[in-house]
Amino acid sequence: MTIKVCVPRDATALSLGADATARAIAAECQRLRQPVQVVRTSSRGLFWLEPFVEVETPQGRVGYGPVEAEDVPGLFAAGFLQGSAHQLAQGNVDAIPFLARQERLCFARAGLTDPLSLAEYEAHRGLRGLRNALGMSPAAVVEEVVDSGLRGRGGAGFPTGIKWRTVAGALGTPKYVVVNADEGDSGTYSDRMVMEGDPFVLLEGMAIAGYATGASYGYVYLRSEYPHAARVLNQAIATLRAADWYGASIQGSGFAFDAEVRIGAGAYICGEETALLESLEGKRGMIRYKPPLPAIKGLFGQPTVVNNVVSLASVPIILDRGGKYYADFGMGRSRGTLPIQLAGNVKRAGLVEKAFGVTLRELIEDYGGGTRSGRPVRAVQVGGPLGAYFDQSLLDLPLDYEALAAKKGMVGHGGIVVFDDTVDMAEQARYAMEFCAVESCGKCTPCRIGSTRGRELIEKIVRGENVARNHRQLLALCDVMVNASLCALGGMAPWPVLSALQYFPGDFGLPAGKEPAHVV
Amino acid sequence: MWSELRNLREGVDLGTPPRDGAAVSLTVDGKPVTAPAGSSVMVAAALARCPVPKLCATDTLEAFGSCRMCLVEIQGRKGFPAACTTLVEPGMVVTTQTARLQELRKGVLELYLSDFPAGDVPGGWSELHETMQQTGVTTHPYVAGENHLQAAVDASNPYFLFDPAKCIVCSRCVRACEDIQGTFALTIEGRGFQSKVVASQGECFLDSECVSCGACVQACPTHSLVEKSLFEGGEYRAQSPQA
Repeated sequence: MTIKVCVPRDATALSLGADATARAIAAECQRLRQPVQVVRTSSRGLFWLEPFVEVETPQGRVGYGPVEAEDVPGLFAAGFLQGSAHQLAQGNVDAIPFLARQERLCFARAGLTDPLSLAEYEAHRGLRGLRNALGMSPAAVVEEVVDSGLRGRGGAGFPTGIKWRTVAGALGTPKYVVVNADEGDSGTYSDRMVMEGDPFVLLEGMAIAGYATGASYGYVYLRSEYPHAARVLNQAIATLRAADWYGASIQGSGFAFDAEVRIGAGAYICGEETALLESLEGKRGMIRYKPPLPAIKGLFGQPTVVNNVVSLASVPIILDRGGKYYADFGMGRSRGTLPIQLAGNVKRAGLVEKAFGVTLRELIEDYGGGTRSGRPVRAVQVGGPLGAYFDQSLLDLPLDYEALAAKKGMVGHGGIVVFDDTVDMAEQARYAMEFCAVESCGKCTPCRIGSTRGRELIEKIVRGENVARNHRQLLALCDVMVNASLCALGGMAPWPVLSALQYFPGDFGLPAGKEPAHVV
Repeated sequence: MWSELRNLREGVDLGTPPRDGAAVSLTVDGKPVTAPAGSSVMVAAALARCPVPKLCATDTLEAFGSCRMCLVEIQGRKGFPAACTTLVEPGMVVTTQTARLQELRKGVLELYLSDFPAGDVPGGWSELHETMQQTGVTTHPYVAGENHLQAAVDASNPYFLFDPAKCIVCSRCVRACEDIQGTFALTIEGRGFQSKVVASQGECFLDSECVSCGACVQACPTHSLVEKSLFEGGEYRAQSPQA
């Protein structure tokens, strides 16, 4: 009997040598005349174990990792094709604690399927959502998404169904579905994992969005740093066309939908939806003022749904199992699950999809296993480079849009970056301003000039120049940036700075115990 | 539309182009005012004789929303919307002068001044100077920061020169070149603090696609782009236009 061995083709696995591992397994099989089928699957998101090799046994999948090419002969000798013990053996994959306690809705197929096999996608509940949607009225599809409570997973957290309702009600044809796949937040990779590992779920979500809102064409605006995702998506689109799931009349329904992938040019700001639309139109990636909202006047001036990859990839399961099923996960006004991305100084970096409500401490300690360095956690940045830094005292906060906002933080795109006690928070704050200065589109003044002045002020404070005066000026500058910037880049870049000042004043040479930085 | 523009202007720059819509009634700083539907709050404020400070806005160009000087408060709305990009609505209650708005405008103008030649602040005459006067801000608290003050003057065009040191990157020249003249000779190059106005592919004005129409010079609020005839007989930087 041919034994199935799975090796991920995800970019993280590839960067850690998954191709060489897969080749070594094939070569060893040939040498031993062992009939083995090596399948390149998506990744489970257990990045500390990549390249993570799974063997299909009668008892289920058994995992080994990290498996480098040189480990392969030893694994064969130990009988890993039968799931035997080995120092790299991780046991039954479903029983690995990191995975077993997750609630994988969006990432239900992660690690299980060949990303480009439509048959495997369908065998794992794929296309059920679109099938159901096509049997409903577009308005009913919108309401199902409204009922699910799904909110934008790109960072803003705006209710997806409400956005769709606006586009559906907007006058004007054509309408467009635009996927924001410009995943630029530091420490985030869930969009990439969807696109590389389960492209059909995104494309299915796009078609559902198109059906619900009256759009028949979609664009995936993909960052140039994701070449693997570009190749996978383009092949997946071709596969859907060939199978009549994309095209002039999907499965004879009369509903037309097609899409294409467009590559960005390396600008963080093009992850902001209006700059993204400008870039997609072939212009310089500059912020447009809102209103008009893209839902009313978006791509080429037409009504446009702009959704993040994970938002759209969460839609098929909502249409498959119902909005209520999805809404039953989560807490408060944060419904469903969030694919959380653990990164930074953490022992077990990887993807944790959990219902909202899980605490930062559970994520960092139970899933992440604490710091990789073994030193105490000092600071955590949640929600990307514009997210606030939290100290130890806030680690029991639940992951919830409102709970984090109450502490001037944000869920953002679900990235969590962990720092140990060697971190210099003044340098982190300086970097936040520098990042804003480098990535600013240059349109509005608080961001264009303010970010550079902010970096300079922090440098002066750290050097001990006119500390009290420069500290005061920094707070005033942050106030102007927060309240007068045109978009969220300038408007949020001060949050990592203000939180660092509030929780770690000593790193700036400022006296502790002063009242927290106050910005309205 | 254009006849209306001429009637309305009377020498006052309304900030955004006038519209032909039905009359909308609102109040600005307690004064009732009507403005055609589709007008900006900035137009309504100008009509109410409560002009809002502005730098990137002018009524010959569509609103852009970049300078952040025209922030106002609107009852029932969060934050500080820009008057130039917010459209009038019936019953809207707009406030253009509060201590909080002054604080923010001062903060923004100080950022501009932190990258503007200090020697050109006193005695100057431009929209920037008018805005300084309007807000009472002529200095800034930032010491020895990165700046563009040493950027070379482009005097290649026979009729006007471009002094990047005085440029506030409001894009009015770029927009005038595109929207009024349709020449597309100007653009913004670089990101963030490095953003700068360039002609064509970073060429001097004379070698670029520029047709010397002067739309950019007319649009410039700081005299960064300025007619050479104003300085006849003297070096540009050595002699201020009024001297």
